[in-house]
Amino acid sequence: MYKYILKRILIAIPVLIGITIIDYVIMCMAGSPLAMMQGPRVSEAALEAKKIALGLDQPVYIQYFVWLGQLLHGNLGYSIKSYQPVSEMIASHLGPTLLLMGVSLIVSLILAVPSGIYSAIHQYEKGDYAVVTMSFLGSSIPGFFLSLLLIYVFTVKLGWLPSSGMTTLGTAGSAGDVAAHMVMPVLVLSFSMAGSNIRYIRSAVLEILQQDYLRTAKAKGIGRFRVINKHALRNALVPIVTVIGMEIPMLFGGAVIIEQVFSWPGLGLMTMSAISSRDYPVIMGVCLLSAVVVLVANLVTDILYALVDPTISLN
Amino acid sequence: MEQKKKKDITNESYLQTVFRRFRRHRLAMVSLVLLTVLVGAAILAPWIAPYDPNAIVGTFSGAPCPEHWLGTDQIGRDVLSRLLYAMRISLLVGVLATLISTVIGVMLGLVAGYFGGIPDMIIMRFTDMVMSFPYILLVLVAAAIFRPGLWNIILILGFVDWPGIARLVRGNVLNLRETNFVKGSIVSGMPVRHILFSEILPNTVAPILVYATSVLALSMLDEAALSFLGQGVQPPTASLGNMLNGAQSLTVLTTQPWLWIPAGLLIVILVMAINFIGDALRDALDPNSR
Repeated sequence: MYKYILKRILIAIPVLIGITIIDYVIMCMAGSPLAMMQGPRVSEAALEAKKIALGLDQPVYIQYFVWLGQLLHGNLGYSIKSYQPVSEMIASHLGPTLLLMGVSLIVSLILAVPSGIYSAIHQYEKGDYAVVTMSFLGSSIPGFFLSLLLIYVFTVKLGWLPSSGMTTLGTAGSAGDVAAHMVMPVLVLSFSMAGSNIRYIRSAVLEILQQDYLRTAKAKGIGRFRVINKHALRNALVPIVTVIGMEIPMLFGGAVIIEQVFSWPGLGLMTMSAISSRDYPVIMGVCLLSAVVVLVANLVTDILYALVDPTISLN
Repeated sequence: MEQKKKKDITNESYLQTVFRRFRRHRLAMVSLVLLTVLVGAAILAPWIAPYDPNAIVGTFSGAPCPEHWLGTDQIGRDVLSRLLYAMRISLLVGVLATLISTVIGVMLGLVAGYFGGIPDMIIMRFTDMVMSFPYILLVLVAAAIFRPGLWNIILILGFVDWPGIARLVRGNVLNLRETNFVKGSIVSGMPVRHILFSEILPNTVAPILVYATSVLALSMLDEAALSFLGQGVQPPTASLGNMLNGAQSLTVLTTQPWLWIPAGLLIVILVMAINFIGDALRDALDPNSR
């Protein structure tokens, strides 16, 4: 077991280094941030001084190693635009994003797990068709379109929910206020995630229902309820663990667009503005953070998977 | 039901079997018809669109009326005509991006699975790297760098979507390598090219096809999202995503729903139809199902 975990970690390390290299190469292709400052009011000498101050006169690979060295000291660099440390910027935007992601993850599981299991148990019945059709709708509707529809209905027509930000402007923002702002983004994120997850859980449970041990359990005559709750659900834990692992990268991506639409003050909104102003250190920081999170999520999923399902071979 | 089962299916060809199974999926049949109609409309857009999509032909932001079934946009272009052309662009992006990523994924998967060892390790670690980046973030950064535009979007989506296919193909190749007919060919000294493309590839086409439908659906969604954010297909070329871009302004969102709801619904219908067809294909092509 330890050997397995160690092996997974060892595989993850070169991937992580590769990620930083790809990241850096992409950023270098993006063009110089100096181009954004250029203008009739900025002299050549000032640009040159700026270039040296930012270390942009060094060759690319040296810039990379300097950055990597700083990284190992926990320093992600400074934003070219606002001169704030990147780590500080990320830290201040991380809270709202984690809140949004966490709640969406929980809501999507609450939606997906029972309906996936329900539709597997009632395969080819009306309820199953309804659930599967809804799940297809969930994975086919663009998040931003669903957001616009919700805003149209709940903000414009009914006036029930606020459509932008995290708190009402000018107030300190009570928990209820934040919750009201969260309803629509969470709905959109969890609906689209639940879409693919329902089908995944459904087919996994269908497979479990065909196993011999379930037939044995049924033959013992312990009743439908206990067959499903005692024998089927416990084994359904394996696909559910996988689903949680798959959701984390999806959440990170989905949050970028949803945060943009709802002006949610999180990492996604910060990243979009960094992308438009070519603020490399910030983009690099966010990409690195999210890649690390995804890697760790995959690692944890693999390990949990091995723990939950003893039949998985460890080599 | 009993009646149908008695029908003789012993002499059926493979394609007939697949089609017979496909037809059992009602929603997929409906989707197939719908998709055929929509794709037909998109291809025939220059002939059936009532107006030139980029010409100013009516009042600004006119509501739907008999001359303009879906109204006119902010600068007086006919929304229905733009919608038809937008569908063309969105389908083009989806199909080409899917083709590119499928070719890349299949090639890398074949090489990694068949040769194993160091090439396998390098390719799979590279796949892991690409997969670790949150997908949308990667596409957004790439779109910002390479200047948004139709062809760049196609290339970016094509070069980002392949890891799933590569993994799938590699897995299948690993299984097929252990089969007797492939082992036989290796022993008898058949050229690698023949084994890869004439023996292994045809046996893994079915799962690739199924996977490609989901890539098609995803890349159409991504194009829409990118264009919606202004990082995708650029105006005046209409795409389903950038037609929704206007809905970020409050007046359009609240008082001119004909400008954004039809485009959004069309994306949902197209993507959903593709997903249903993919689902039915998965069942129909699965050799383990009856």
